[in-house]
Amino acid sequence: MQTKATLKTLLAASVVGFGLSQAALAQETIKIGSVLSVTGPSSFLGEPEDKTLRIYVDKINATGGVNGKKIELVIYDDGGDANKARTFATRLIEDDEVIAMVGGTTTGSTMAMIPVFEDAKVPFISLAGAIEVIDPVRKFVFKTPHTDKMACEKIFEDLKKRNLTKIGLISGTDGFGASMRAQCVKVAPNYGMQIVADENYGPRDSDMTAQLTKIKNTAGVQAVVNPGFGQGPAIVTRNYAQLGMNSIPFYQSHGVASKSFIDLAGAAAEGVRLPAAALLVGDKLPESDPQKKVVTEYKQTYESATKQPVSTFGGHAYDGLFILVEAMKRANSTDSEKIRDEIEKTKGFVGTGGIVNMSATDHLGLDLSAFRMLEIKGGDWNLVASGS
Amino acid sequence: MGALTNQRFLILAVLAVVIAVLPFVFPSSYYFRVASLVWVSALAAIGLNILMGQAGQVSLGHAAFFGIGAYAVAIGPAHLGIPPWAALLIGAALSAVLAYLVGRPILRLKGHYLAIATLGLGVLVALVISTESGWTGGPDGMPVERLILFGWRVSGSYTWYWVTGALLLVGTWIALNLDETPTGRAFRALHDSEVAAQVVGVDVARFKLQAFVIAAVYASIAGSALAFMNGFINPDQAGFLHSVELVTIVVLGGLGSIVGSIVGAAVLVTLPQALTIFHEYEHLMLGLIIIVSMIFMRNGIVPSVSGLFLRRARS
Repeated sequence: MQTKATLKTLLAASVVGFGLSQAALAQETIKIGSVLSVTGPSSFLGEPEDKTLRIYVDKINATGGVNGKKIELVIYDDGGDANKARTFATRLIEDDEVIAMVGGTTTGSTMAMIPVFEDAKVPFISLAGAIEVIDPVRKFVFKTPHTDKMACEKIFEDLKKRNLTKIGLISGTDGFGASMRAQCVKVAPNYGMQIVADENYGPRDSDMTAQLTKIKNTAGVQAVVNPGFGQGPAIVTRNYAQLGMNSIPFYQSHGVASKSFIDLAGAAAEGVRLPAAALLVGDKLPESDPQKKVVTEYKQTYESATKQPVSTFGGHAYDGLFILVEAMKRANSTDSEKIRDEIEKTKGFVGTGGIVNMSATDHLGLDLSAFRMLEIKGGDWNLVASGS
Repeated sequence: MGALTNQRFLILAVLAVVIAVLPFVFPSSYYFRVASLVWVSALAAIGLNILMGQAGQVSLGHAAFFGIGAYAVAIGPAHLGIPPWAALLIGAALSAVLAYLVGRPILRLKGHYLAIATLGLGVLVALVISTESGWTGGPDGMPVERLILFGWRVSGSYTWYWVTGALLLVGTWIALNLDETPTGRAFRALHDSEVAAQVVGVDVARFKLQAFVIAAVYASIAGSALAFMNGFINPDQAGFLHSVELVTIVVLGGLGSIVGSIVGAAVLVTLPQALTIFHEYEHLMLGLIIIVSMIFMRNGIVPSVSGLFLRRARS
């Protein structure tokens, strides 16, 4: 009886301790860590990020690395689980001893990992969307994607130009939709916008005509904005056309800035406007555009290496990696704190997401010019000329 | 009877020794973090094992109680000004009340019907947590204030290793003792045959409900501990996949075996960490290991392995 119990517990002990050992780290490399949601519900974000980091780290190493040292990239997949992300973050710091981190696919996993990097004083460039990541500013946390607040501002700026002030909101209740809706409500007064209708829908709903009918019947609605993500906005767009609401200007968010949105919404998408990064319309940018070179090069590199269409999400990883690489070059050091100081001094960095000018109070460094206002015409994205 | 008491004592003693000795072999605080996660998952799994393994009732929505415990310690201090330690107790009480109220009608169901009803409960709680963003921060989650006990700020991987280890010891001790009480024996009777149990005078409905409430409290406390440890919580912890993970731990380790739940938690928490060397084949390997162990160790790891040794010893 007693041996049985002892064996049971010895087994428990051995399982806890097994298989966690890691190879000793080589001296002549710079270790950069990353935790991404390569699998799971956010894999459509994490997968292009993962591929982008791998492609470009190989490229950098092939041309001699950074400051004469090769980069060693350690990527862990959190599967979209914030708790797992937190554990991998601890592992990057404690076990792999990385000097910096580019990763954090979702806002949830980023927020869960922030305390680890803040405590360890290791710079963390996040790839997550929400503004909470950099507001309030945390000393070691930066991010590259545009915030949902900026998307609202860009839309409102465009509405203001068209002299439209009374808007209806129809938002998804998922993380993206809920967060962007809150930001839109917050910044609306700054642009003289009045929200006269405020509806929402579940991320997996298959019909939104009820909510849209309510907005249609609200007196004075001059434009409709749809903060949402995934398939929801495509259904909203289809319902919008079915209800014959096309005479009311309709705005989508940067959350649908992928070719599949146009495919899903079909003809109903004609005339829909949305703010998006320059990467989406790289070939349509004028030659004089400062981002033209970067976005076309990234698009070519990514598409020839992966045989898949480029997405803005992979672009965020590209921006994060090169902001870090340039900071390491300027710091000429592998000291995490020195690198952090140099990241904060990033000025005039031309990335796929825009031109980055960071400061002690701005750890994103993008302004509204990073977003382009697009209109869907003939089943493709078209730049809206400023002033129209 | 004496042998059983000895065995109980031995399990506890060995567990305590393991918890005490592991820090001497851990090279970095990352290992403390992983071990703490094992202790927390094991605590929730032991509770679920009382319900599933001992009383023979299934719950596919157990993460709901884990989530309630976690969000209680997040929301209590942040929105209501309740001290963190009190929020933990309130969370456990809330879980118990919810389990009692919901358990009364749904525990009348059997088999698949009970599974679906508990699944519904889990989905509902997760839905409320991710929708009530004013209170819970919505799908992106919310930060959790540090636990402060008698002026002592509980933080850091080392500290949490000991706190969660102690919680697991207490949880194991209660579960082992429960197994030997009339309640525990009533649970076992339920598990073997509900009709027979009823015939010999076991109040079936009451004992099922008791097991459900106990399991809910275990999960709630584990949830609170994880929330404190991470300093951050999001609705995934209350979601369906986490419920499935808890059930997997219980079944993999061995239904009805308390030590099995600890082993199951250790396997399921450390495997994904160990398998990162396989990169893109990580999930394939994880699935393979679980399938193989379910095929060759049908009763779960601990009962199968100890059964094997017992047979060897006899022959």
